[in-house]
Amino acid sequence: MFLISLFERREKLKTYFSLTINECIKIGYDSLFIVSIVSIFMGAVTTIQTAYNLVGPLIPDYVISLVVRDMTLLELSPTIIAIVFAGKVGSNIAGELGTMRITEQIDALEVMGVNSSSYLVLPKIIAALLMFPILVIISATLAIFGGYAAGVLTDVITGQEYIYGIRYEFNPFNIPFALVKAYVFAFIVASISSFQGYYTSGGALEVGKSSTNAVTNSCIAILIADYILAQILL
Amino acid sequence: MIEIKGITKSFKDKKVLHGISGKFAKGKTNLIIGASGTGKSVLLKCLVGLLNPDKGRVLFDGRNFTNANKNLTTEIRREIGMLFQGSALFDSKNVEENIKFPLDLLTDTPEKEKIDKVNHCLSLVGLEKINKKMPSELSGGMKKRVGIARAIVNDSNYLFCDEPNSGLDPLTAIKIDDLILELTQKLNTTTIVVTHDMNSVIEIGDYIS
Repeated sequence: MFLISLFERREKLKTYFSLTINECIKIGYDSLFIVSIVSIFMGAVTTIQTAYNLVGPLIPDYVISLVVRDMTLLELSPTIIAIVFAGKVGSNIAGELGTMRITEQIDALEVMGVNSSSYLVLPKIIAALLMFPILVIISATLAIFGGYAAGVLTDVITGQEYIYGIRYEFNPFNIPFALVKAYVFAFIVASISSFQGYYTSGGALEVGKSSTNAVTNSCIAILIADYILAQILL
Repeated sequence: MIEIKGITKSFKDKKVLHGISGKFAKGKTNLIIGASGTGKSVLLKCLVGLLNPDKGRVLFDGRNFTNANKNLTTEIRREIGMLFQGSALFDSKNVEENIKFPLDLLTDTPEKEKIDKVNHCLSLVGLEKINKKMPSELSGGMKKRVGIARAIVNDSNYLFCDEPNSGLDPLTAIKIDDLILELTQKLNTTTIVVTHDMNSVIEIGDYIS
């Protein structure tokens, strides 16, 4: 019902265009720093831990980067970054909408004859769908780079072997799979967080609860969707 | 003129409004008074459509608002201006953008004309040259005035004020009362004010419910 209401009594398209651009900056550009930090260390730690677990004369070193590549593309970049995204963007969306609700700003929009859910929520969902896949691509690139840097700096793998492993038996389907996950997770985070924030009632305490619920519910939904997508697509 | 017929509203087992009927005259300041918790704000929310009454009808110049289709609801709402208890200014927009908001969204007025209208409304409420200030930089009284400016910018036919004096010092409260009275007469709006401030009742009330 909430999602259907987003498409009723819509405003002019140019209104949504400028709102969506603003949301893209808030959701995408402002998340770049945390996504970059998490991704670089995620790749670095995966390299070190894989090297630690794959010690043996029969296992070539390039397997380390092969594992880093597949783990990053299939699971770490879409899922871990989605959880980070839920924590940063989801709580922000729920907090913003919740505060607007308790300070009667949403009522003010309704009284003016504006469909408040469409005006406030639709640009956030569109912006999340546009920006999160880009963040996942950046994350995967940085994670693989982080793995390279950690591997070479700690001498667990040479640069040449790392790049060989990254290219070895690469399955191109892993990229669309990661992007499908990114779109699904972006929708989950934006819609659940918007719902929690939009239907906040009470005061500051309830806004805090909505933000917490937005993050926890999004994380649970991400993990369930992750399992279902893996089951269906792999 | 706004007419209400047999408005009834309950929340679970608690009946808040029991078959309320009445008429609110055009060009007059109509006051709804009562002690806290007696349902004044609930009645106001039923009037502007933020709550649906369980029974009864609200008529805006003969147009049935309660059972209206979406187009008529939007049409009537676009003729409504409302001053909220906490002003309800948009935090992310400055004063000018807040006042201009209904014009941006609901009309095709050229930008220059919009700015002129914003400045005109600001002068009507006695605030000038604060266009670029953010709501967080304004005092409570200034926020109320900006809220009134936003409510009248779209040439509203109906002006609703929910506790316009709450949280204000007596002098500012008198200024806000005078402003509501003056705007009602100047713009010939049907004004409904919900209050429990007896000074307001004496000061501005044409009709009291």
